[in-house]
Amino acid sequence: MLEIKNLHVEVADRKILQGFDLKVDAGQAHAIMGPNGSGKSTLAYVLAGKPGYTITEGSVTFDGEDLLELAPDERAAKGIFLAFQYPMEIPGVASMVFLRTALNAVRKRRGEPELSTPDFLRLVREKAKDLSIDQEMLKRAVNVGFSGGEKKRAEILQMSLLEPKLCVLDETDSGLDIDALKIVADGVNRLRSPNRSMIVITHYQRLLDYIVPDVVHIMAKGKIVRCGGPDLARELEERGYAAIEAEAA
Amino acid sequence: MNADIRPIRTPAEQALASAYEDTKTRLPGGSEIARLRERAFSAFADSGLPSRRVEEWKYTDLRTLLREVAPLAGPPDASAIARAKETVSLPVTNLRQITLVNGAFVPELSDLDGLEKKLSIVPLATALAEKHPLLGMIGKLRPETRDATLALNTAFLNDGVLIEVGEGAVIERPIYVRHVFAGGAAAMVFARSLVSIGKGAAATFVESFEGPADVAYQRNATTELYIADRANLSFVRLQTEGDSALHVSSLLAEVAGGAEFSFSTLTVGGAVSRQNVSLRLAGEHTQINLAGATLLRGRQHADSTLVLDHAVPNCTSRVTFRNVLDETSRGVVQGRIVVRPDAQKTDARMSLGALLLAEGAEADQKPELEIFADDVQCAHGATSGALDEQLLFYLLTRGIPRKQAEALLIQAFFGAALEEVRHEGLREALVERAADWLELRGSAS
Repeated sequence: MLEIKNLHVEVADRKILQGFDLKVDAGQAHAIMGPNGSGKSTLAYVLAGKPGYTITEGSVTFDGEDLLELAPDERAAKGIFLAFQYPMEIPGVASMVFLRTALNAVRKRRGEPELSTPDFLRLVREKAKDLSIDQEMLKRAVNVGFSGGEKKRAEILQMSLLEPKLCVLDETDSGLDIDALKIVADGVNRLRSPNRSMIVITHYQRLLDYIVPDVVHIMAKGKIVRCGGPDLARELEERGYAAIEAEAA
Repeated sequence: MNADIRPIRTPAEQALASAYEDTKTRLPGGSEIARLRERAFSAFADSGLPSRRVEEWKYTDLRTLLREVAPLAGPPDASAIARAKETVSLPVTNLRQITLVNGAFVPELSDLDGLEKKLSIVPLATALAEKHPLLGMIGKLRPETRDATLALNTAFLNDGVLIEVGEGAVIERPIYVRHVFAGGAAAMVFARSLVSIGKGAAATFVESFEGPADVAYQRNATTELYIADRANLSFVRLQTEGDSALHVSSLLAEVAGGAEFSFSTLTVGGAVSRQNVSLRLAGEHTQINLAGATLLRGRQHADSTLVLDHAVPNCTSRVTFRNVLDETSRGVVQGRIVVRPDAQKTDARMSLGALLLAEGAEADQKPELEIFADDVQCAHGATSGALDEQLLFYLLTRGIPRKQAEALLIQAFFGAALEEVRHEGLREALVERAADWLELRGSAS
C-alpha cells in the first residue's frame, strides 16, 4: 500500500530524513518510535504534503502512485489521513460545517454522492458517541476551547468519518490521561480492517499496549535503525533509546 | 456669491457649480430649504472636493478620483423603473420596501399600504412640496468636522424618504429603502433620507445600494437618524453598487439616553466607495454596536470612515470592521472614538482587521482614540495579515480543496461582523451575498 524508499528530506537546509525506508502492506499497523528530533513528525508531515519540506532524494508511492506529486487535499481524497500531534484551532469555522465540508469533498472526489443533512447528522452522532464526544462540543468552532484530550478524540472522529486507507497518527497519545488514551485507542482499533493500514508514531510503549502493531520500527537520525515485533517496544521501554541506537550503530 | 468663497478649481468642481446653478431654482421646497441648500453649496464651494490633504479623506482623494462629473440624473423613465423592478437585491420576505430609482421615490415600487400605527413614511419630494413638519430636522445633524460631500448632498436635496416611528411603537416588519441606479448612461444621483425613531420605539431599518455594471454613475446618499430615549434600532446596510460606480454615503446619527443602536454593513460593490458613519451618543446608558464587512477584488477601493462621539457618561460602544482584500483592491477603515470630558465611565472598544488575499492588495486602517475623560475603558486594535498557512494545511489534509478551504477561513474572518444582525432573514441574506462573493473567487481561478 505504502512504500517509502531512501527518502531524504530537508527543512530550511537542515537534513531531517536521511535515507528513510518503509513498506506498509494493507491491513498492517506499523509503530514508529524514536527519540525527539529523530524525524518522526517530519515523516508524518511529508506523507500529508505539508509545504516547506524539500525532498532531495527518494520516493513515496501509495497504491502504486507517486504520492509526492499530489497536493495535500488530493492525498486526503486518495485515503491518507494525518491525525495531528497538535490539532489546529480554527475560530469562526463551526465544527459541523468543517466535518461536512471535508466529508463531502472527499466523497465527491471518490465518486460517491454527497450525504444529505439528516444522513450526515446521523453518521456524526453515531461516530461521536463511540468516542464519547458530546454534541455540545460539536457546536463549537473547530477545536476551539477543546481540552487536549477532546482535540485528540476530535481527530479520531474526523478519521472515522473520512474512512482513510492509511492513518498516520502523530503522537496521538501525547497529553492524554489513561482514560482518554483508552477511548482514543478503542476508536483507532475500531477502524482497523484488512484494507486499512496504520502508522502509529509515538515516544512511548504505553499506546502500543492498546493499539497493537504488527511491526515496530525504531528511528534515529532520520532513518530506521531497527525493526521488530511488539516486543521491541517493550525492550525499548526497558533499555532506552541510547542503548538501542548504540547497538544499531 | 460671498466674497470669501475661494475660486472653484477643478473641472469637476466647476461642473458641480453649474449643475447647482442650473437646478437650484427648479428643486422643490420653500425658502428655508432653499437657504439650507445655498448655505451648503457655499460651504462646498469654499472647500472644494476633498483631497488627501483633508485628514478624513487622506486615503480617498476625491478631488483626484472624481475627474468628470456626470450630468444630474432626471426623474426615472418607464424603462428605468422596469429595470429596477426586474432585479432583487435582498431576497428576504416580508420587508416593507421603499424604492428610490436614480434617487427618486417610485410609488409603484414602494409599499406604503397598511402602514403600522405610528409609522409614517413620506417621500422627501412630497414632504418638500407640502412643508412637512419633519423637514425641520433635516440638516441639523452635523459631523464633527465639516464634510464637503455632505454639503453637496444638502445642496442638491431633492428626493428620498422621511420615516417616523412614533413613541413606543414596535414595528416588526423591517423597513427597507432600496436605492437603485437603473439608468443606461452615467449620471449623478443624490438622495436624502431621515429616520426618526420615537421614545421607547423599536424598528429594523434596511438600506441597500445597487446599480448596473459598466455604468459609471455617481451616487451621493445621506441618511440622518434620530434615535430617541430607550428606542431600539437595528440598521442593516448592503452596498452592491455596479463595478464602475462611485459611491459616497453618509450616515449621521444622534442616539439618546438608554437607546440601543446596532448597525451592520456589508460592502462588496462600487469602483470607488466611501461610507461615512458619524454617531453621537447624546444620552446616558446608550449602547452602540457597529459592525462591518467589506469584500473587494479587482481594483476596487472602499473607505469606511467612522466617528463615534461619546458626549455623555455611561455609554457603551463596540466597533468591529473586517476587510477582505483580493487582487489589487484597497480597503480603508478609519475609526475614531471621541470621549468628551463629561463622558466618564465610557466603555468603548474598536477592533479593525484586514485580510490580504493577494500581494497587490492594500489595507489602510487607522483606529484613533481621543479621550478627554479620566475614568473610561477604551481599547482599540488593528490587525492585518494573510491567510494562515498552518490552518489552510490542516483543512487541506481533511480533503477540502484549496479554494474551499480558503473560503472557510475567509468566512470565519469576517463572519463575526455579520453575526450581529438580529433579523434572521436579513442576516442570512447578507451571509448569502458574502458567500456569492466567495464563490466568484473560487470560479475565477
